[in-house]
Amino acid sequence: MIWRVEIRYKPGVFDAAGEGIRKDILDLGIRSVAKVEVTQVYNIEGGISEPDVVKICRELFTDGITQQYSCFDLNTSARPRLPADCCVVEVAYNPGVMDPVEESTLKGIRDLGVGGARAVRRARQYFLYGPIPPGDLDIIVNKVLSNKLIQHVVTDPWAQKTLSFPAGKRSFEVVRVDLISAADKKLTEISREGQLFLNLNEMKAIRTYFKQLGRNPTDCELETVAQTWSEHCYHKTFRGNIQYRYRENGKTKTKLIRNLLKSTIIKATQEINRPWCVSVFHDNAGVIRFSEKNHICFKVETHNHPSALEPFGGANTGIGGVIRDILGTGLGARPVCGTDVFCFAPPETPFDRLPAGTLHPKKIMKGVVSGVRDYGNKMGIPTVNGAILFDERFVGNPLVYCGSVGLIPKDRVKKAARKGDLVVVVGGRTGRDGIHGATFSSGELTEESETVSSGAVQIGDPIQEKKMLDALMQARDKGLYAAVTDCGAGGLSSAVGEMGSKLGVRVDLGKVPLKYQGLHYDEIWISESQERMVLAVPPAKIKALLEVFAGENVEAAVIGEFTATGRLDLFFKGQQVCDLNMDFLHDGLPKITKEARWRAPKVTSPRLPRSVDLNAKLKEVLGHYNVCSKEWVVRQYDHEVQGASVIKPFVGPKCDGPSDASVLAPELGSTRGFAVANGINVRYGLLDPFWMAASCVDEALRQIVAVGGDPSRVAILDNFCWGNPDKPDRLGGLVRAAEGCYKAAVGYRVPFISGKDSLYNEYTQDKKSIAIPGTLLISAIGIIEDVTKTVTMDFKTPGNMIYCVGTTYDELGGSIYLDTYGMLGAAVPKVDFRQGVKNFAALARAVLRGLVRSLHDCSEGGLGVALAEMAFSGGCGASVRLADVPYKGKDRREDTVLFSESNSRFVAEVRPEDRKKFEQLLRRQGVPCAAVGQVEAVPAFVVRCPDGEPCVDTNIEVLKQAWRRPLQW
Amino acid sequence: MNQGNVNVIILRTAGTNCDREAAFAFERCGARPRLVHINQLLRKEVQLRDFHILVIPGGFTYGDDIESGRILANELRLRLGEELCRFLGDGKLMLGICNGFQVMVKAGILPGPLDEGEQKQHAAGQRATLINNDSGKFEDRWCHLRPVGKSVWTQGLREVVYFPVAHAEGKFVPQDDTVLDLLRKNGQVAFRYCDPRGGKPVYPENPNGSTDDIAGITDTTGRVLGLMPHPERHFLFTQHPFWTRLKPNGRFGHGAKIFENGVRYVREHLL
Repeated sequence: MIWRVEIRYKPGVFDAAGEGIRKDILDLGIRSVAKVEVTQVYNIEGGISEPDVVKICRELFTDGITQQYSCFDLNTSARPRLPADCCVVEVAYNPGVMDPVEESTLKGIRDLGVGGARAVRRARQYFLYGPIPPGDLDIIVNKVLSNKLIQHVVTDPWAQKTLSFPAGKRSFEVVRVDLISAADKKLTEISREGQLFLNLNEMKAIRTYFKQLGRNPTDCELETVAQTWSEHCYHKTFRGNIQYRYRENGKTKTKLIRNLLKSTIIKATQEINRPWCVSVFHDNAGVIRFSEKNHICFKVETHNHPSALEPFGGANTGIGGVIRDILGTGLGARPVCGTDVFCFAPPETPFDRLPAGTLHPKKIMKGVVSGVRDYGNKMGIPTVNGAILFDERFVGNPLVYCGSVGLIPKDRVKKAARKGDLVVVVGGRTGRDGIHGATFSSGELTEESETVSSGAVQIGDPIQEKKMLDALMQARDKGLYAAVTDCGAGGLSSAVGEMGSKLGVRVDLGKVPLKYQGLHYDEIWISESQERMVLAVPPAKIKALLEVFAGENVEAAVIGEFTATGRLDLFFKGQQVCDLNMDFLHDGLPKITKEARWRAPKVTSPRLPRSVDLNAKLKEVLGHYNVCSKEWVVRQYDHEVQGASVIKPFVGPKCDGPSDASVLAPELGSTRGFAVANGINVRYGLLDPFWMAASCVDEALRQIVAVGGDPSRVAILDNFCWGNPDKPDRLGGLVRAAEGCYKAAVGYRVPFISGKDSLYNEYTQDKKSIAIPGTLLISAIGIIEDVTKTVTMDFKTPGNMIYCVGTTYDELGGSIYLDTYGMLGAAVPKVDFRQGVKNFAALARAVLRGLVRSLHDCSEGGLGVALAEMAFSGGCGASVRLADVPYKGKDRREDTVLFSESNSRFVAEVRPEDRKKFEQLLRRQGVPCAAVGQVEAVPAFVVRCPDGEPCVDTNIEVLKQAWRRPLQW
Repeated sequence: MNQGNVNVIILRTAGTNCDREAAFAFERCGARPRLVHINQLLRKEVQLRDFHILVIPGGFTYGDDIESGRILANELRLRLGEELCRFLGDGKLMLGICNGFQVMVKAGILPGPLDEGEQKQHAAGQRATLINNDSGKFEDRWCHLRPVGKSVWTQGLREVVYFPVAHAEGKFVPQDDTVLDLLRKNGQVAFRYCDPRGGKPVYPENPNGSTDDIAGITDTTGRVLGLMPHPERHFLFTQHPFWTRLKPNGRFGHGAKIFENGVRYVREHLL
């Protein structure tokens, strides 16, 4: 039997959830909804008596102070009468979508001493009050109350007969795909219909392999090859050949690049050869030296396509995935903080400008932020650094970067599975979730993506992952396993395949714990169900290992063993379903050569009006979406859990100034710490991806310097998100950006330690393709010897001197200032690495010697934004003379000086008594710097033109409001 | 258990996540904290009676599914109720932070018996709750607090302390006016949100809309304290959100006193 329980607030209690939904509806422009009430519905199946249901309602479901319940036996109870003046909509998860609350609820029922509950399904009932036209109701249901990929509207809740997920009726038989007799055309068809995303050449290589064997592949074998060879897992573009055509000094040149990754990113790291790099590019994350006891590892991933379709679930599982990368680095690291960078279309994009099948950017942004908040906060990992960028071209394809930093004991970095070790899968159970995630992210999105690929979308269970983390750390410290890796894209197929690639492995898929029966063997093998990891456990330690996991209520199951056969052997119900040679699987991918072409875009220098109201322009630049305060987002993240934070995302006496980087001291009680920061700018890339890459490296590095980090102890990560690399112009930009990465890394002697690429970020509609602007995220981590010497960006004391450090050039190309005129400009900011190195080193020394009271880097919005932010964050005024700013350019136009985004620049606050020491230190190192003004006690913000007249004369509160308002939702 | 030590049990379960920093705070104050999974208590591998201070730290126990703290509250009440009663009856200390506070309120441990009748029966049901913030969202922000009441935990705190809150369900709501009156009369209110000078707060100074600006309460003995803000996150000076503007004033922050108080009380009364 099924009991239905409805929980709602008592009259008079403020329904915050309902109010939030009312506001979301208002955001759609629908004003007819006056009030929203939310009822939580629990359906419970099982033999439970009425007194027991009442007990469950009273003691588990209902908070007696604020809530009330009603419960019904679906077979016998009369239906409650619904209020007449409102629309009632009930929304539930689709069958098969995992809802973690159900498991906790069953536990809660057992704790009450009530037996017999077999299944729980939740739903939410929305009461919408007001004269709502039916058309509006449809929009509300589809845009606010549900996402049809994972949810549905329950038309008649009383008609439910069972809550159990219907088991598949598919009986077991080994399926073989006829490949060896297939013609080329048929091969392409097989690839497309099976969502394999393999091209003809690759399909032919597979056909040749099986022809030699004289048999056809099983579906499972074909899927395994497709997963392993997917762009997502194999990075074919970066590791393949590229025929690159470009223009240099007026001549067209071509060159063949063999392995772009090795010839740029990895090459830089090898040349720089820092002794503190412990493990680079081969594990799940890069590892660098940190303290006597621990190393630090850092990884950033993307989760773009799932976030486009189901923003909450996409971001949620994105965070979960990158955390598992950290758990799976070496023998397992403990995550200590997270980073998040997002790119969306502008939040005010009109609905009629959205391509069909896409979600509104504001909906995406809210969902993504909620997804990060839910997973990061529940895992107890502080989210400490990030950025949000807006550009119209992200409309069909938003970007979601998730990063994680971990601490790993120095003797836990090396791992290797050995012959005879058992294959153990731990964590969540396997279901039909996320099938084809790896191959799905290796293709473009289309209007149909939301229906065809819905299996690739899931929501996460952070508590499951937290339990796994707790158990894993204990097992690690007891030395109970020989190797570990995470189940990410490709699921068991890639995790087990990777771990066994040098050995061989044999797995019985029938032993994998399942969420529900009826899964086909190939589904078990490639499912991307979240919160799972694979361990290699010596047989002598298996008992102890299983006890540790049981102690934290985490499932662990032995599913096979590592062999020395060099083969991948899979069995199901006693029959072999896969028999592949590891060498073919990992090295059989035919090398491809892609065409790349780079041509500088035709640009013209902008003509700006001669006289500009810079008061208004400064406010406009501060209020630009890429510059303005992201407090609404950041406040929702717990950025202090674990107690390690030293410099938080917000600084200043009101905790609302934008910190350049976050500083953490993760070994509690020690003053050794690290800073994390990032550099990203898509507008420079529209002019030249080479200088975009260099600027991103410069920005990430100077933010570390701005909090007092040591530039010679910084490591960086690269994350490329690009359009379709099969199109030569897209790939040309990518090559150029990778070359910029190489130059900048070598120029600054900062090694790359890890990276990732996400290609095919295009959205196709009516055969027209919208590519994202090529986007490079550089994430930086810098070791800080003594965090008590770090500085923040807020002005501290009236009377102190304001210094400009570094030279400003006429480089308005791609600037926020030009964007306020709707222009891109021409002169993209370049980087003088020799000069930059000096600026960074000298400032780092000045901070260490205590000569700097506050320090801020000049990024988007240039000097104007940096000065304004320092002033209003510190609650102090400022007076500044543009005439004294170190500047090289044609004419010293005040708007150019104020808003040019030249690299390697800072604003520093120095006490009058330290003036000499500071200037000497910088000048001796050959660093251009000049005192340009002073911090004021009055809240006035005054900037004087070269001719001495004030060109900006306003109040810091006015500027602060302009900066805070746009994203204060 | 070692004689002469102040033994602190920091209770963990699925979704606990502020356990390590709470342990660090107690350790620095000279106590011996031990992280114990609730399974270890249920299986009697570890005995509650061997400890002097029970801490339920912050986190999202069982995902805060159904509502925050509810599932662990029931588990404590129904499966460890007797041990807990004996522990508190022995005059020992208990501290709940954030999710731990939510658990204690929902288990009826706080505010606990409000008058003699209830005390005799050892039976206090849930008399207050913590619900969704008025802002409708999770917020991490620093709040000024005025310590009030006479709890052993809050002795000697400065007039206004500064701790971060990080929660979505922190709005304190008593059952009715009678309960609120009793809380005030009994001196059970331990912390109130306030403005930076100790005056009446407005949002976001009161970050969640709590009734009477209540941020934390004790039982009638003052030995059991629960609060939404995180004193363990202002244990060190460098955890202060704008320490770079302040003169260094020792290594410790405003929250350290609370942990010191607990440890000292055990030394003076229970060892």
